[in-house]
Amino acid sequence: MTALLEARGVVKRFGGVVALDGLDLAVTAGEIIGLIGPNGSGKTTFFNVATGIYAANAGCVMFDGADITRVPARAIYRAGVSRTFQRSRLSLPLSIFDNIMIGNHKRLNQGLWFNLVKRGDFKHEFEASYRAARALVEVFEPALANRMFEPVAGLPMIDRRRIEICRALISEPKLLLLDEPSAGMTHDETAELMNDILIVRERNKDLTIIIVEHEMGVIERITNRCVVLNFGRKIAEGPYRDVAADAQVQEAYLGVA
Amino acid sequence: MAGNAKTSQAAVLPGIIALAIAAVYLIALLAVEKQSLIISLLAVGIIVVIAAAGFGLLDGVSRAFSDHEDALGGFAILALLAVGVFFHEDHFVLLLVTTVLLYSVATLGLNIQFGYAGVLNFAGASFFGIGAYTSAVLNAHTALPHLIVLLIGGLLAALIGSLLLLPVLRTRGHYAAVVTIAFALLFKTFLEVNDVLGGPQGMQVKGMTIMGWSFNDNIEIGKVSLSFYINYFAISVLLLIGAFIVVRRLERSWIGLNLDALRLDETAASCFGLDVVRWKITAFLIGNFLIGVAGAMFGMVGSFVAPNNYTFADSLILVSILLLGGIGNPWGLIVATFIVVVVPEKLQTIQEYRFLLYALLVIGVLLFRPEGLLPRPVRRYFPGWQP
Ligand SMILES: Nc1ncnc2c1ncn2[C@@H]1O[C@H](COP(=O)(O)OP(=O)(O)O)[C@@H](O)[C@H]1O
Ligand SMILES: [Mg+2]
Repeated sequence: MTALLEARGVVKRFGGVVALDGLDLAVTAGEIIGLIGPNGSGKTTFFNVATGIYAANAGCVMFDGADITRVPARAIYRAGVSRTFQRSRLSLPLSIFDNIMIGNHKRLNQGLWFNLVKRGDFKHEFEASYRAARALVEVFEPALANRMFEPVAGLPMIDRRRIEICRALISEPKLLLLDEPSAGMTHDETAELMNDILIVRERNKDLTIIIVEHEMGVIERITNRCVVLNFGRKIAEGPYRDVAADAQVQEAYLGVA
Repeated sequence: MAGNAKTSQAAVLPGIIALAIAAVYLIALLAVEKQSLIISLLAVGIIVVIAAAGFGLLDGVSRAFSDHEDALGGFAILALLAVGVFFHEDHFVLLLVTTVLLYSVATLGLNIQFGYAGVLNFAGASFFGIGAYTSAVLNAHTALPHLIVLLIGGLLAALIGSLLLLPVLRTRGHYAAVVTIAFALLFKTFLEVNDVLGGPQGMQVKGMTIMGWSFNDNIEIGKVSLSFYINYFAISVLLLIGAFIVVRRLERSWIGLNLDALRLDETAASCFGLDVVRWKITAFLIGNFLIGVAGAMFGMVGSFVAPNNYTFADSLILVSILLLGGIGNPWGLIVATFIVVVVPEKLQTIQEYRFLLYALLVIGVLLFRPEGLLPRPVRRYFPGWQP
């Protein structure tokens, strides 16, 4: 089976720091992959390269049969890659609905004439989008569905994380990149969030997910496979049980010689 | 659920009351001549506003405006017309109010650029001047219909603005702001050394004529005589309504959302498909078009253009109106334009110090009410719409 996303020998340097050091990684459509590794091992950098925020210094990234190594971020999103950010990056003064619609960009009519003059048609699209956004929010937190036009600045971190995930999901991407979605949450909140993500995936079985997560219980429960990074290199790969038992992985995490 | 929806709809009355008070106050301020009376009126106005804000009354007003904008927009037009009718023979007041209306159109343009897209334009007065000089030249040397001249004024301001900024809008940071400052400084010198455009003395502008109706003739209706400025007042009201609708529809559309998204976080926006450069340019062009149209109209109203009227200092005044009114809130901008244009005209004693006063006002607002007099509410795509 061909890979949905494939990185070949990807190198990313920041001055003297080599954040990705010849990374090879392949993800098959429909998989849920755990991307793990100690802090600073290059997980976020890999997401940034894959989504076009940073250009790789060497190597290439393929998505859905096309080379996306030098493609701008907006085109990669159009091709079907969506993400969340490790440090939540919502537009705080904007409403829940607005934030989710930012993620729906490619499915909204962006024409000047449509937006400014054809207000009747615009209203139809607006109402349909509202229903879709509301239905998605209801999966994560029904209480938020009645507050769609409130600014997200007033919401607690857990709700902001949920909205960020809704923003990434609303356009029905093929590949979802989750960068520590549960950072700052309690154990129970994390479990709940993961269940909600799995509910969405139940409805769309093709959705492929790469998740960066520190809580190993989560990784064990939801992933088919794990990739372990250390110093920008892949040091192990396989089902969670196998990589957890791997001597190199234990050394990277625990510093056991 | 339905009951819930009803209660979340704000009352319209506070908005109507605020408009009525504002209209009466404005008429009084414009009618009074004695400096001591004017000062007392201003003091009363400031105290009333601060008290209203202290008691939270302004929030009710701003909620009324966001839920019932169309109705209150109608009332606002009536209030403006009342001002026009009250001063129908008064050249000075009509010219002053017309100036406010056209400056409001220009600040609405700036608002699209800075308030929504986050692109600072410190050459607002220069682009306004491009519009004004367009009417001066075209009215003198061509037989183009004057409404077309307005259009060309807007297009030229947009064109020159885009030639200037296309290269820098691609970069991040505030290069665009620096380029506009340079342009604003050069523009005046360019006009002064350019003999075709009248040099430092400037040029005469022929008044507006639409289908044989000359705007520069007083109107006699029976025994009543109307100042010819009522023509300009009326067309400026129409221009302001048009600009207001453009700004409103823009904000309440996916385009307004795009502009907010790129202003707040360019990187996140581009991760969700947004073409940052395209939308910055779009905002800049639309904004400059409005500024240019307003300037072209202003040239004909004033019947005279000169380099001294379109300086960097004037551009700063436009920006200060934006900060004062509430960035992103068109209602606030119109209120702020009235304050900034009318007060120094009426208070001759402060004319000399007006820049100092503007500066103090802006600093005061930034310190005590950083979102401006009327902060921008959360976007509602259709006012009063309930799920
Ligand atoms: N924008 C950047 N500028 C400089 N160094 C960076 C930047 N982003 C990441 N790095 C460096 O790259 C390495 C990998 O970081 P990162 O990908 O964030 O790790 P992880 O997400 O696995 O914790 C770290 O040493 C980090 O300091
Ligand atoms: Mg990280």
